[in-house]
Amino acid sequence: MLSKKLKIIFSVSILTVWLMIAISALYLPLPANVIHLDKILLIHDVKALLGYDDLGRVLWYRLVMGAGTSLQVAIGVIAVSLIIGTLIGSLSAYIGGMWDHLIVRIIDVFLAFPGILLAIALAGLMGPGIMNVIIALSIVSWVGYARLSRAQVMSLKHREHVQAAIALGCSHYRILRYHILPLIIAPLIIEASFGVASVVIAEAGLSFLGLGVQPPDASWGSMIKDGSQYLLMAPHMVLVPGCALMLVVLAVNLLGDSLRDYLDVKEK
Amino acid sequence: MIGYIFRRFFSALVVIFGVASLVFLLIHIVPGDPLEVMLGETASAADREQLRHLLQLDLPLLEQFYQYFYALFHLDLGTSLFSREAVWPQLLQRIPATLELTLASLLVAISIAFPLGTIAALKKDSGWDFTAMTVSLIGVSIPNFLMGPLLILFFSIYLGWMPVSGQEERGAIILPALTLGSALAAILSRMVRASLLEVLREDYIRTAYAKGLSLQRIMLVHALRNAMLPVLTLIGLQFGTLLGGAVITEIIFSWQGVGDLTIDAIKKRDYPVVQACILLISCSYVLVNTLTDMLYGVLDPRIRLQGK
Repeated sequence: MLSKKLKIIFSVSILTVWLMIAISALYLPLPANVIHLDKILLIHDVKALLGYDDLGRVLWYRLVMGAGTSLQVAIGVIAVSLIIGTLIGSLSAYIGGMWDHLIVRIIDVFLAFPGILLAIALAGLMGPGIMNVIIALSIVSWVGYARLSRAQVMSLKHREHVQAAIALGCSHYRILRYHILPLIIAPLIIEASFGVASVVIAEAGLSFLGLGVQPPDASWGSMIKDGSQYLLMAPHMVLVPGCALMLVVLAVNLLGDSLRDYLDVKEK
Repeated sequence: MIGYIFRRFFSALVVIFGVASLVFLLIHIVPGDPLEVMLGETASAADREQLRHLLQLDLPLLEQFYQYFYALFHLDLGTSLFSREAVWPQLLQRIPATLELTLASLLVAISIAFPLGTIAALKKDSGWDFTAMTVSLIGVSIPNFLMGPLLILFFSIYLGWMPVSGQEERGAIILPALTLGSALAAILSRMVRASLLEVLREDYIRTAYAKGLSLQRIMLVHALRNAMLPVLTLIGLQFGTLLGGAVITEIIFSWQGVGDLTIDAIKKRDYPVVQACILLISCSYVLVNTLTDMLYGVLDPRIRLQGK
């Protein structure tokens, strides 16, 4: 299809912009909390094209700050859950036996929860804050990586090169690190890049419920929540962070879609 | 078949047992003290200890765990730490609203997804296909806490057709159901398309065309019925997302359901109520997935007759 290239260009450029904005939010001092009392809920003026929020803060700066929050949470959650999930999953498959049975049961139980619900409960009980959001979402999302890496190691365990390594007397660490890990890392990384979309949505969802980052820090979710009280007078307060969130998620989904098309040999 | 059902139910029970223990452990291990919310920060240490003792929160964790399970086996979900009322009646009172919302959004999702997916599959690689799939991709990318305000903005504020929130007025369910159903509709329509494309390649479809059957009859009797199976699995799997989304949707529209109760209880750290709500939602998810598995046999005789 003609649009295949377009898809990739679109999603890569959106994600690049998101990354750049988010990184700048983490390192540049932004006047995101400066209040302009005379400009409350103003839709736009020359100095701030995206308008002001209900406290008279420049919406663009809030948006940039929110991008930083979502990137921080996404990196934190993906890193933690990827490492823990891979460790547990691959060790479980490698060791096998009772231990493996137990891990499979635990994974089943975790999968029986609607993920976002458990995250909401954990984040709510731990109290708000970016660290707690990362912990809550990691507790929910390590399972996917554990299941994937377990399945991968299961099928690799009996390959000849692993058998040969065992016969040569390699240590378990060496076998896992040099003979198995390089082969399972690619699908895990692909899974993790899909995971970015759901983490960004989940973070915004928690913040929407008031369980994520706390004011004066900004998150796209809390911006949408604040804005939904002023829908009549200032719809831009919802539309601006809403569009940003949608574009990022759409870009990740599109990229995943193209990646899947590219990797799926069956369709060709 | 009976043996299969029995085994399936048994493993569902094991999972539910695991869910119950995990909920208990996570909730009690996670830092945060309900007494701080109940008494405020100014309460004296003595008062705090007295109340802690009264609520039996000072018992060792294992003891609390044992009591929790003992009560659970007697179908007793405990009493709320705040209102001191039993949790069951509170929960029962909220279940119909959530059930209504979930079923309505499932209906929305199915009635959007099937036509969209069918058109896309029949006119593969055409403008129709491209439009339908683009719409569904955008649908997947709009989380419900954004979809809700957007729908309110358009239908309630600009057009003035629907109530903004609440559940008394007529038609109040339409916006919440659309909010919750749209994401599922988007995912389902992709699945319907993919599954239908697979089926349309089969020999029996070519035979049906060769017999001169009408397109309608081929689609309804031969194609869609066989394409249903993966779609049904997806509905079962997505049911959990639907239930989780229901929590957020209920908050947006002040819909007095289980989700609303859950968030309220979480904010107050009302452990028994939080436990009961999560347990209820997870159990219904497990149950739906078990039932979906069993439906396969009914829908597809090939599976039912496999053993014979």
